[in-house]
Amino acid sequence: MMATIDSALLFALTGCVLIGLGLYGFIVHAHLLRRILAFNVIGSGIFLLFGALGYLGAGQGTDPVPQALIITGIVVALSLTAFAIALVIKLAEEEKTAVLDAAKTAEDLHE
Amino acid sequence: MNAALLLDAGLCLLILTAAVLAMTGRDLFGAIAFFIVYGILIALAWVRLEAVDVALAEAAIGAGLTGVLLIGAWSLLRRAGVSEAHELSHWGLRLVAGLASAATTVVLAAAVLALPPGREGLAPLVTERLADHGVSNPVTGVLLDFRAYDTLMESIVLLVALVAVWALTPASAWGGVPGMRQHARPDGVLAMFGRLLPPIGLVMAVYLVWAGSSQPGGAFQAGTVLAAVWLLVVMAGIYDEPPISSGLLRTALVAGPAVFLAIGIAGLGAGALLAYPDEYAYGLILLIEFTLTFSIGATLALLVAGRARRAA
Repeated sequence: MMATIDSALLFALTGCVLIGLGLYGFIVHAHLLRRILAFNVIGSGIFLLFGALGYLGAGQGTDPVPQALIITGIVVALSLTAFAIALVIKLAEEEKTAVLDAAKTAEDLHE
Repeated sequence: MNAALLLDAGLCLLILTAAVLAMTGRDLFGAIAFFIVYGILIALAWVRLEAVDVALAEAAIGAGLTGVLLIGAWSLLRRAGVSEAHELSHWGLRLVAGLASAATTVVLAAAVLALPPGREGLAPLVTERLADHGVSNPVTGVLLDFRAYDTLMESIVLLVALVAVWALTPASAWGGVPGMRQHARPDGVLAMFGRLLPPIGLVMAVYLVWAGSSQPGGAFQAGTVLAAVWLLVVMAGIYDEPPISSGLLRTALVAGPAVFLAIGIAGLGAGALLAYPDEYAYGLILLIEFTLTFSIGATLALLVAGRARRAA
């Protein structure tokens, strides 16, 4: 049972919704781990949109060039996630918080 | 509506549900668990799109390693006594965020629907040129040959990310061992898996690189399997992480990108940076893939382990 171009369109649209969902999560959550989660949802939404648009039809699969770029993207997203998590852990250990307090930061800058 | 389309529509619905739960779950650990489920479902979507290379990478890296990283961070935050309180922002901000996100989705969807039908893409060009170089998996061909530049940079990005993580090590722990010492009950399930799975994982990793030249697979997928084997061995308490000052470890980390870069520069003799002479292309690509797999495995495992915490 092969996917069709219609299925690919469905996956591309799902990608669009995922980007919106991730964006929403990224804005409304203050907890940094939740923001990292949201960042990853946005990322995989973009990959799905990109890859599904490169679907050529049953039997031909997805265009290899987008596939290669997406694999590269997945690895780069992991690298960034690992670094972001290391920063969050550092913040948690030194400040006992996982939230960036905008007001507090601005105050510190004024001093 | 045919059965295939119905199946795909169901899968899309599952993906969206998992994503909503990962975004809105009250409990942080639950949100992370749903994110892992979401990653696996996305990998299934890639299988449906006949992009098995991407499916492998998404399942292993997007769901697996990212999940391990997030759970590790969750437990360290807990130990540091950080509040997990699920504070929702002001309703006004949520409303604006909701509208902005919905608008983004609508604009993107409109752009997708407005695309002209009929697509050819770059696939015919890739297939046409692939025959010259002995690698028959088009994705591997693009990654290591036609767009080798991207892959070289990517392997360097991984290394730079690790350097950045290490840079957060306080001076007192520098050169020490990353992560906490793991203990597992010697007769427990984890200890058993820690002994049982590594040989299978190693064979699978070698197969994934070797098969990667003609079938789905390749250096990044195989490297992730290697990293997973190492994580399992450490979690089961069989071996401890190496100290980050170890020369052997650093050689392993740099070997892949260094060999890739050296072969790339040697390609200048054949005409251009990263150009492989036709008669050696297959051998050179395999050499790069194998050393890269080894270095990617080491880099990923250490990225997950985090900065040094204990004296060597």
